[in-house]
Amino acid sequence: MTTYRRGWVWLGAAIVLLAAAVVLGVMIGPAGTLSSANWNIIWNVRMPRVALAALVGAMLSLAGASYQGVFRNPLVDPYLLGAAGGAGLGATIVIAFGRATTSDWFVDPLPLAAFVGAIAAVTITYLAGAAFGSMSTSTSLVLAGVAVASLTSAIQAFVLQRSSDGVIRTVYNWLLGSLVKASWHDVRLVLPYVVVSGAVLLAHRRHLDVLRVGDDEALTLGLNVRRIRIVVVAAATIGTAAVVSVSGLIAFVGIVVPHAVRMVCGGSYRRVLPISIAVGAAFLILADIPGRMLQNPAETPLGVVTAFCGAPFFMVLLRTRRATV
Amino acid sequence: MSELAFANLSVSYDGRVAVHPLTLNVASGGWLCLIGPNGAGKSSVLRSMCGLVAHGGSVTVAGIDTAAMSTRRRSRALAFVPQVPVLPADMTVYEYVLLGRSPFISYFGVASAKDRATATEVLGELDLADFSQRRLETLSGGERQRIVLARAIAQGSPVLLLDEPTSALDIGHQQQALELVDRMRRERGLTVVSAMHDLTLAGLYADRLALLHEGGLVAQGSPAEVLRAEILSEFYGVNVRVHYEDDGTAIVIPNRRARA
Repeated sequence: MTTYRRGWVWLGAAIVLLAAAVVLGVMIGPAGTLSSANWNIIWNVRMPRVALAALVGAMLSLAGASYQGVFRNPLVDPYLLGAAGGAGLGATIVIAFGRATTSDWFVDPLPLAAFVGAIAAVTITYLAGAAFGSMSTSTSLVLAGVAVASLTSAIQAFVLQRSSDGVIRTVYNWLLGSLVKASWHDVRLVLPYVVVSGAVLLAHRRHLDVLRVGDDEALTLGLNVRRIRIVVVAAATIGTAAVVSVSGLIAFVGIVVPHAVRMVCGGSYRRVLPISIAVGAAFLILADIPGRMLQNPAETPLGVVTAFCGAPFFMVLLRTRRATV
Repeated sequence: MSELAFANLSVSYDGRVAVHPLTLNVASGGWLCLIGPNGAGKSSVLRSMCGLVAHGGSVTVAGIDTAAMSTRRRSRALAFVPQVPVLPADMTVYEYVLLGRSPFISYFGVASAKDRATATEVLGELDLADFSQRRLETLSGGERQRIVLARAIAQGSPVLLLDEPTSALDIGHQQQALELVDRMRRERGLTVVSAMHDLTLAGLYADRLALLHEGGLVAQGSPAEVLRAEILSEFYGVNVRVHYEDDGTAIVIPNRRARA
């Protein structure tokens, strides 16, 4: 019983952390704190940025934790099966082949291409892994993911190598991840995917707990392992693709947040998933703050900040607690 | 009445035959022990029964073909204790035993009061009540074996499959674990199929032995019928003698090569 109660305490603490992060995120910015900044900046610049950071952080953390659960591998992140490579390739192609001429299009092709690229890459990974995999399915999937990621980066390099310096710089900035252009439009675009994907993943937290004893034993405990893996990977991938399409490839969140949560609150996915949502959202909101302030008026890419802050924090955690999945 | 029946059960891996068509019946409440040298196909038989490897022929539990069962239905009919169970380090004993109730929890459901009561009850029956909040990483080898067994018992299946349940234990804990299986078998009317290497222990606890050799069934029957020096030396390639106690217990002793 005590374990359950402790789970609620940790979830409460994570929500308080998130609330504090939201307040800080709204208050701090190049235009000054709440009192001196005008409402227009708060509402149209900072709030959508905070909201988007929360959605992206929550989604990447939740997807990372879910991927780690179905693959029973602590070093896995939501980009494992090629989502990052596919999104990067999609974005690269759009930027390289004249994004400027598409400003009057009905939909912005950049997020669309990133989204489609991510989904396509993971689909190819899954089909290849299932078709050619003679080993246990999860191992062959991971290897197929490595192959697809190499393929996408090869094509990407080929495209970039023939592009101008300006294009390369734009692509590079996109790859590092940024929330500079966050708008309420982006939030509305991404929110449905995050809500649906999040609901599906949360609904599978008990299955992820059963999977902790391995595929074979989970099967003998009545779990349809293959089907659950497909559902979880699909939900995590769609959510990841949606947030990546507007934020670029923000590194490290999907690995570091679930781990930090696990080390503090234990490995049960009944706790890890919901708490990762809150902590991931808070982490990305906070990580976005130095990004806007450090090189003002220029922006430090968010992916740089997450890795720079996350890595040492992670090392401290590794030192003080044992990592388990 | 036979609770469990194999009819022409066969297993092959990439065309290599691991188990030749095997036909066997196990009476309800009986204990069949599969013996045989490494690679004889004991684990393949057990793993094919619970759907972990594909098999030919059929396995029926209480007259129902397991091939016709869903994964969940099969896990209610057969509980499996693998040779090397995966024990997530920071899970508590209670949470682990509760996993045994998974086959009874609906897809989006959570453990019901009945599931939790069953887990608590099984922990009590196996004298593990004091352990319920212990983390798995803190348990000794003998304790681990007991909680894995507790998880399988909590599954409530009429058939219990054990893949070398005592291979990692010292003699005291081997006895303790097998006594526990035997008690559960009698109290709950379980049908047990185990694979074991220790022939003396196999003969002591199982009521029937089946000797597998290179995937084929070469001898079966009561321990006294199977544990014979000439049979063992033929199929294990060993030089042993079998000593019989007054109560019929067979003790298998390797002969030491004569020294000059």
